Amino acid sequence: MIEPTLSHYLLVSGALFSIGLLGVIVRRNLLIIYMSLELMLNSANVALVAMSRFNGNLDGQVMVFFIITVAAAEVAVGLALIVALYRKRQTTEVEDLASMKL
Amino acid sequence: MELAAWLILLLPLISSGLIGIGAFRSKPVSAGFSIGAVTGSFLLSLVMVANVETLHTSVNWLAIEGLKFDIGLQIDTLSKLMLCVVTGIGSLIHIFSLGYMKDDRDFSRYFGFLSLFIFSMLGIVLADNFVMMFIFWELVGVSSYLLIGFWFEKPSAADAAKKAFLTNRVGDFGFLIGILMVWMLFQTVSFSELQLNDQKEGALILSGLAGFLIFCGAMGKSAQAPLHVWLPDAMEGPTPVSALIHAATMVAAGVYMLCRVFFLIQGTWAMEVIAWIGGVTALMAALMAVQQDDIKRILAYSTLSQLGYMVMVVGLGGDQDDHYLITGVAGTDAAMFHLTTHAFFKAMLFLGAGSVIYACHHEQDIWKMGGLRFRMPKTYWTFLIGTLALCGVPLFSGFFSKEAILVVAFKESMPLFLIAVVVAVLTTFYMTRLFIVAFTGDARSEHAMHAKESPNVMTLPLLFLAVPSVFAGYFNMHEPDPIILFASVIAVVFGALMARALYQNVDKDPLPAKLGIVAKAMNKRFWFDELYQWLIENVQENLARIADIADRWIISGLLVRGVHGSTELAGRLLRLAQTGNLQTYAFWFTAGLVAVLIFALS
Repeated sequence: MIEPTLSHYLLVSGALFSIGLLGVIVRRNLLIIYMSLELMLNSANVALVAMSRFNGNLDGQVMVFFIITVAAAEVAVGLALIVALYRKRQTTEVEDLASMKL
Repeated sequence: MELAAWLILLLPLISSGLIGIGAFRSKPVSAGFSIGAVTGSFLLSLVMVANVETLHTSVNWLAIEGLKFDIGLQIDTLSKLMLCVVTGIGSLIHIFSLGYMKDDRDFSRYFGFLSLFIFSMLGIVLADNFVMMFIFWELVGVSSYLLIGFWFEKPSAADAAKKAFLTNRVGDFGFLIGILMVWMLFQTVSFSELQLNDQKEGALILSGLAGFLIFCGAMGKSAQAPLHVWLPDAMEGPTPVSALIHAATMVAAGVYMLCRVFFLIQGTWAMEVIAWIGGVTALMAALMAVQQDDIKRILAYSTLSQLGYMVMVVGLGGDQDDHYLITGVAGTDAAMFHLTTHAFFKAMLFLGAGSVIYACHHEQDIWKMGGLRFRMPKTYWTFLIGTLALCGVPLFSGFFSKEAILVVAFKESMPLFLIAVVVAVLTTFYMTRLFIVAFTGDARSEHAMHAKESPNVMTLPLLFLAVPSVFAGYFNMHEPDPIILFASVIAVVFGALMARALYQNVDKDPLPAKLGIVAKAMNKRFWFDELYQWLIENVQENLARIADIADRWIISGLLVRGVHGSTELAGRLLRLAQTGNLQTYAFWFTAGLVAVLIFALS
């Protein structure tokens, strides 16, 4: 069994970020896009924690706490918006939400 | 006195302004303002003549580094004479207009324009520098345009106004360049400063050119060949306007201007050009007048011919002597003298013609008149006096001034003297023709049969003008020269007898049958209008077409529309990127980010 190094963690973080980004770009369901966004946030968390761990500096981990807190608040607001939208329009597909388009 | 001088100039402007602002609502009020202003100016001019030797006053108008223009008034013998002519005849013609324009719908507008014209004309007369003169020169052009086109609903009047304006522009273009050349040569445009300059040093060719270009202005205003074509057409305006502007004052402005700046052209090659242009105009116009049938047109060509006389004699120059009271030079003195007498009798002839036209219900063809002698006695007698004066019958004013011209021509240039004598014969011929056909014999139309004498408001100015037409010659009389006296008397007698033999008791013009193509050429004014028409159609139109193509395809097509088109195309293309889909934006954003990263890291 090999000891995981910083590169492994960063690779995992990059992969998570890319998957999240891909999801944001290609999926059409708001809820899924939202989840993909969360995935991108957490990939950043992984990278921060790994950096902090390997550099012996706790700043990164403190930062992660902040991010988690803010993300929780953001999820609450965002989900509330999506629910409100769904109630109004009976859909969460982005293609159907084009009433602002000229 | 200075205030009075300014008032002479400004009274008509005030009147014109008041009529424009509100007085136009009431016919008597606007006529009152206008007549009051011009007679006021006339009285003040008389005060000037009585009390002032010379007067020069100016206010600074524009002063920047190396450039200084004044608005100034210059009153001397020359301008005093001209002031009296302009305001004196102007007053009488204003009064005549009361009767002539009585029933016109735009009576007030007419008087407003008339005041504007008097103001502009006085500006030219009083100007003490070229720039001011040019400004008023153009103002006169505008007011003349407005008055010729007074009955603008009539297409011929509107066309004539445009023609006059455009022809004048051609001359004024030369005038403007001439002024700029004077400015370049002497660094000043003020007449008094120019007179002090010793302008002849080394720049004779240039100052000759400047003189000629300035003469171009006079060529337009005084209707000299080849810019004479507008004046006969200008007769489309109301008859008092023809009398005031196109016989007595505005067309004389060119001659006046030449006399005013004579020191600039004196001794240069421009003199010869001026003399010959004047002579040719005089001869040509007299020939044209012989075969016209419209009473006003005959007078118009006669005006052209007399103006040619004046311009010719200015160009001839002559000797300098103090006994030439007006300007001190024989040529300009004779020109101003003839200008003055001509202004009186020609204005009277035009007003007489106006009276005839009024009585014959706006009939202008002399072959449809006839027998007016007993029906319109006052008009008949004054017209007779005008005719005698114009022909230069001894003891009438025209005789003295024409003789002054002939004397100078005799001394300076034999060919031009001969031309002048021929013109004198022709003048008598066409005037006698007009007179016999229109006033004697039997009436040839209904209107002429029932013509009645015009009202007093129209005949009184005629009578007033008859006085100076007879006597204006005596104030500048010179020793008569026997040869000249003989020549001019022979010319008058010969012309009159010939016309009498041909036109006594005839119903239509016998000349075309006798002269054939020559008479036709005279009648068609030597095809000048047709020539210009052809030139415009073939040369100017093509130039305009080329300019149009250049404008349409190069300027507008390539440059303007090119810029606008490529911008629009870019916009249309970029619009495709704006899908309105957030995810597309996110994709482009990421793609950009990746591109920047690749660029930065590699």
